[in-house]
Amino acid sequence: MGVLIAISSFSYSQNCNYIFLGEVKDFHDGTAIESATIHIKESDTYLISDLDGKFKIENLCSGTLTLTISHIGCETKTVSYSIENDVFKIISLEHHLEELNEVVVNSHLKTEGTSIEQTLNKADLEKYTDKSLGDALNSVSGVSSLNTGNTIVKPMIHGLHSSRLLIINNNVRMFDQEWGDEHAPNIDINASNKVEVIKGANTLKYGSDAIGGLILIQPKRYVARDSLFGSTMLSLNSNGRGGNVNSELIKTYKSGFYGRIQTSYKQFGDFEGPDYKLTNSGLKNINASARIGYRSFEKGFDAYYSVVSNELGILQASHIGNVNDLVTAINSRTPRVIEDFSYDIDYPKQNILHNLAKIEAYKRFKNFGKLSVQYDMQINRRKEYDLRRGDLANTPVIDLRLFTNSLQTNLNTDAIDNLKLDTGVLVRYQQNDAISGTGVSPLIPDFEKYDASIYAIGNFDLNDSSELSAGARYDFTRINAEKLYNLTDWEETYNYDELFPQFETNTVENSKILTRPEFTFHNISANVGYSKQFNNNISLFVNYGLATRVPNPSELFSDGLHHSAARIETGLLTLNKEFANKFVASLERNNQNFGFSISPYFKHINDYIQLIPVGITTTIRGAFPVWEYNQINAQIFGVDIDVNKKITDKFNYKGSISLLKGENLTEDIPLIHMPSTNFTNSISYYNDELNQLSINLTHKTVLQQNEFPDYNFYTFNPILQEDVYVDISSTPPAYSLFSFNSSVSFKAFKTGSLKLELNVENLLNTKYNEYLNRQRYFSDELGRNINLKIKINY
Amino acid sequence: MKNIKSIKTIKFLALLFVSSIAFVGCSSDDDHGDDHDHEEELITTVRYTLTNGTDVVTLEFQDLDGEGGAEGTFDVSGPLTANTTYSGVIQLLNETESPADNITLEVEDEGDDHEFFYTPTISDITVSKDDLDEDGNPVGILTTLVTGGAGTGSLTIELIHEPTKPNDGTSINAGGSTDIEVTFSIEVQ
Repeated sequence: MGVLIAISSFSYSQNCNYIFLGEVKDFHDGTAIESATIHIKESDTYLISDLDGKFKIENLCSGTLTLTISHIGCETKTVSYSIENDVFKIISLEHHLEELNEVVVNSHLKTEGTSIEQTLNKADLEKYTDKSLGDALNSVSGVSSLNTGNTIVKPMIHGLHSSRLLIINNNVRMFDQEWGDEHAPNIDINASNKVEVIKGANTLKYGSDAIGGLILIQPKRYVARDSLFGSTMLSLNSNGRGGNVNSELIKTYKSGFYGRIQTSYKQFGDFEGPDYKLTNSGLKNINASARIGYRSFEKGFDAYYSVVSNELGILQASHIGNVNDLVTAINSRTPRVIEDFSYDIDYPKQNILHNLAKIEAYKRFKNFGKLSVQYDMQINRRKEYDLRRGDLANTPVIDLRLFTNSLQTNLNTDAIDNLKLDTGVLVRYQQNDAISGTGVSPLIPDFEKYDASIYAIGNFDLNDSSELSAGARYDFTRINAEKLYNLTDWEETYNYDELFPQFETNTVENSKILTRPEFTFHNISANVGYSKQFNNNISLFVNYGLATRVPNPSELFSDGLHHSAARIETGLLTLNKEFANKFVASLERNNQNFGFSISPYFKHINDYIQLIPVGITTTIRGAFPVWEYNQINAQIFGVDIDVNKKITDKFNYKGSISLLKGENLTEDIPLIHMPSTNFTNSISYYNDELNQLSINLTHKTVLQQNEFPDYNFYTFNPILQEDVYVDISSTPPAYSLFSFNSSVSFKAFKTGSLKLELNVENLLNTKYNEYLNRQRYFSDELGRNINLKIKINY
Repeated sequence: MKNIKSIKTIKFLALLFVSSIAFVGCSSDDDHGDDHDHEEELITTVRYTLTNGTDVVTLEFQDLDGEGGAEGTFDVSGPLTANTTYSGVIQLLNETESPADNITLEVEDEGDDHEFFYTPTISDITVSKDDLDEDGNPVGILTTLVTGGAGTGSLTIELIHEPTKPNDGTSINAGGSTDIEVTFSIEVQ
């Protein structure tokens, strides 16, 4: 819907005598908005709209006029006009859904005054409507991803992922078996309104183990007014011949009650590399979420339920039998199975169902503070299927169900001037059930996990421009597991019979011993943050954190064959907790004309747990490398830089670069799987008066990772009767990708709007491989994709 | 008026769409087996039996605790006789079960998706496959092994899942993924 309507103009030849008449209206029902604040950038003065939503600026000179209009409950909007005569404009404010096309790097609304974070708003997220959370986060500097193919995308902050990254979805910490490298977060990006990447801050409210950082997925807060609105978005793609349809409907009441229902369906067939089809790489997702709540200043509640159901095909060529198959795959450079396009999802594949439910309530007490209580529950069922024979052909090789529930309270006291104090307690119970009947010894055994935590975080306003925050947290964790070990492994390979005789039971069957490992951990973590605002929109943030992480069940217990990696992965009961000191700083200038953020970081991690190859074992399938978890001291440091610059009225530049170095200090070699230097440049054109036409050209270069540990080895191939070199470590060469985005918005129906987008990814159909893709041995990355999106707001 | 009506229709349709998908989403299976009977379906044993009258040679690989744990063991009952024609039968067993589960039967049933490959390093030895799958391509459960002169070397037996069929008879060019790969030291005298 054309947000702005130019009505009429008068002509004068005299300078500095023009008049600007404005009228602020509700985007949806056209009613006048009174008391909107209008900031005139050129003169740095403020105006307020009158009862009819009108305002008047007199004695304007010819040139540019930039206005920032804000109103409670509306998205703040910045518009600029070139003044050559008297002007009358209607300015519509959006009170829901769209955050409009503001060209800003960071939003000012931080989770905490001292936090170092970057935000993806609704408009950013919509670009990734048919992709994953990991793909969307990949656009943030310092964030990369560990991929398995192109649909399993695990976000990584500063080279750290899985259990070192906390993902908080609607104030619920996600527990979706995130320990696995090929386990992507089970989040429907369409259900969220805003995603914040917090690199350094007081994340203690959510956990003690955010060594990498925190990803905060936030819902929208609705304005208390009687309204019914919604949107539907359809996205179609040439690559994979599929897409996504997402619909949401929101009902709000003046009384403060609100409700939202959202659902999306996504399907893709086989994706395509530049040269060939990636057979069995399709996917099918069904997601739905519902929310009801009530909000007032004094009290409120919020109930949320979401279900995410994913069926993900795994490239068929990546199913290999032994290390010789792996060598063949690495040397051949083309997948061993290439078939015609199909929507079928065959084996190997993953089927994941994630249910999340929560209810939260708060009450404010006079002269004291706000008390919130939340209960949440998650059930994650993961089935992984492989190519099998006979009766077991349709039986998963991995079938795990993780149940998590937690009860937490938070007390926010703001009665004391300049000091805000958050204190809270949390109790959590988790149960993993290795569902029987898979015919395979379970990768992760049955276990129960108990957590209890207590934290306190204080935020002090030192003066008008600086803020200090400090916090501490204590966590108690207990794990009780039940697992069958190979007697040889238990007694000889790992010497557990002497280290952990207390875990043994007397049951020994088929050369396996039943054990009951039990672990108790006590964790202390702490954080200090400082922020200072300077003139010219410049601010400085400094953050220090002490984080501890308990080894996850995969690191402790995993035991089995990973087909796609042709390796046997073995956990270790002797692992200790990880202990990290991290420093993050950021110097930022938040300005549309010229803004930047320079954010260096340094992390030192004691007893960093990593998975590395340690030897070769002979099985009935032939030779396999054995990968084991071990602990070393590590350090990761680097810098993320973002720049935005207004070139002309309508053209903007944005760029970013991320540099990172990860070192294994114990062995004096680089750390495995660290992202390489990468940078992006993008030029955008935006014209509000031409149906909000936006055109964007983006370039991204990822350099070759030259610092990697060399875990290559030789293996004897009995068919060739020679030793063959297994090059699993070498990194692929640098690559550059270009993408094109464009969008226009039209007024549609009476109060709705229609937005059209045309995007092209990998514009030049570049053939490339990415180091951080576990399937880089088997196929190229995706080729060109043409994407069309249609969005209707109503 | 018309506009308002169409808006209402759209909203109604959207609501219908949303709720229908929500129901589909919720009805996904969450079957629950809680008996904790983690029975493993392994191949513990590969046994290749070569027979010429009373001259019987068996080549056996056995790994009772599967991948990891104790290493598997190789057992060759004796030397092969020079210039002799043996009929060969291969058996895949799961000996953790009693009686042992015969997995060769599954391979036979899915013969078009499987093929055994026999690769000797002694050039005088030839192995030919005597059985066919439903498409008329060899499977290799039943074989004829002919020895030439005396010598020592090895014989590698592979079972390839989803190989290219027909192929040129070598596993290197057959693609697929390896389900079995065992190498026996053999002697012809």
